Amino acid sequence: MSELLDNKEAATKAVVDWMTKKSKNKTKFYFKDFYKVFPDDKPRLIKKVITKMVQEEVLEYWSSGSTTMYGLKGGGIQHSSEGEE
Amino acid sequence: MAKHETPFLDQLESGPWPSFVSDLKQQAEVRAKNEEGVEFQIPQDCVDDLLGVLELSYKHGRTHWKHGGIVGVFGYGGGVIGRYCDQPKMFPGVEHFHTMRVAQPAGKYYTTDYLRKLTKLWDFRGSGVTNMHGATGDIILLGTTTPQLEEVFWTLTHDYNQDLGGSGSNLRTPADCLGSSRCEYACYDTQALCHFLTNEYQDELHRPAFPYKFKFKFDACPNCCVASIARSDMSFIGTWKDNIRIDQDAVNKYVENDAAYPSNAGAHKGRDWGPFDLEKEVLALCPTGCMKFENKKLAIDDANCTRCMHCINVMPRALKVGKDTGCSILCGAKAPILDGAQMGSLLVPFVEVNADNDYEAITEVIENIWDWWMEEGKNRERLGELIMRQGFQKLLEVTGIKAIPQHVSYPRSNPYIFWKEDEVEGGWDRDVEEYRKHHLR
Repeated sequence: MSELLDNKEAATKAVVDWMTKKSKNKTKFYFKDFYKVFPDDKPRLIKKVITKMVQEEVLEYWSSGSTTMYGLKGGGIQHSSEGEE
Repeated sequence: MAKHETPFLDQLESGPWPSFVSDLKQQAEVRAKNEEGVEFQIPQDCVDDLLGVLELSYKHGRTHWKHGGIVGVFGYGGGVIGRYCDQPKMFPGVEHFHTMRVAQPAGKYYTTDYLRKLTKLWDFRGSGVTNMHGATGDIILLGTTTPQLEEVFWTLTHDYNQDLGGSGSNLRTPADCLGSSRCEYACYDTQALCHFLTNEYQDELHRPAFPYKFKFKFDACPNCCVASIARSDMSFIGTWKDNIRIDQDAVNKYVENDAAYPSNAGAHKGRDWGPFDLEKEVLALCPTGCMKFENKKLAIDDANCTRCMHCINVMPRALKVGKDTGCSILCGAKAPILDGAQMGSLLVPFVEVNADNDYEAITEVIENIWDWWMEEGKNRERLGELIMRQGFQKLLEVTGIKAIPQHVSYPRSNPYIFWKEDEVEGGWDRDVEEYRKHHLR
């Protein structure tokens, strides 16, 4: 596990900063997008940390029914299709 | 009196088959009368509005449902599918009409008491409309509002000992046949394996992190009653290593058309098909032609048997699956969104199904595949599509399985072979000085 992923506060900040920076264009992200924030870590380890962020209500799931995405809690559209304003 | 006129839907009731429209109308009426005095927690006329919005969709030729949202129960990324009507003023009863997926019991065994409790809960906190069962296999509860989700979940988990199923980029609710609980063809206990893997992979079921959906299905024999070979990313199909067991006396009873030995266990006896003909109905239909009947003795060349099950199905009192049983693992089946529909490809011809060691031979294959797919799979790419994109050889490599003839579906069409460094003696390094001793510059 990388130092960044191992440090809960730093990992949360990195995710929130990255998502905030991207939030002009989109507010929902695939799980794979987090690989860019933690390029040195295995997906299963990233999942553990991201899941914790959902449990702590920093992030929230968005699901179309077939695909699941992640967003900052309360950010962007709360239902229906992403991209509709 | 119906709330909305539904001439298009009424037409759907006119055919000879049972109609879901009739069911919905019946449910709308039950809710309107409410003879049981249910304290409905969502609009009483929601089913009327459901019929209304469907009628409008037929009229307009397009859907009036939006899908997707953040709805769910706390800590779970699946099991709830947000559904919203885009005409909430016309149909306020279905403005929010979310679907809940509930894990079906292994083998779909229910008690009537359980079903009554479930429908009572859904009448109280939902529309009362169910789909038993959805394509994945789950119990589908159709239509409730956001505030009811946690309430339903609490009752399911605390009072009914029942969990939600999978949806989204999750492991979907594993589904199995009834296996050895009732079926003599069962080569392994599907319900035990299905239950174990459901518990083992709770995190994958409820907390989505896969590129897309992932399905397990379990068939206890190659008859494939659950159709796992076509419906799941990883299909576990019962099989045997040794020989089909033959009772020669019983074979001759079938040949003699003994009334106690009806072909196909009497499954087709509603019509007179004429006397049973072993040659025509069994031997000639064997896909590999590995059977013969001479001097009142049936012989099977088991090495060439592909486990099609036909002979066993036709003469179940004479032929039985072997005794050395386990399962085959096939990968990559999917529905036709990209690249067309695919059936599963055989990855592991035979693996033991051993509960004593927590099915470690099976979980090892599963986890190697997940690691690969999570690393390499693109967003919304099914395992079958990844196998097509990177090649079956890559799947063998990541699972550490040696290639065998059963993995080859047709002769290679690409004449080039690209060796990897570790497959070549000495690797890519060469001793230039040594080379120059024999070859001038």
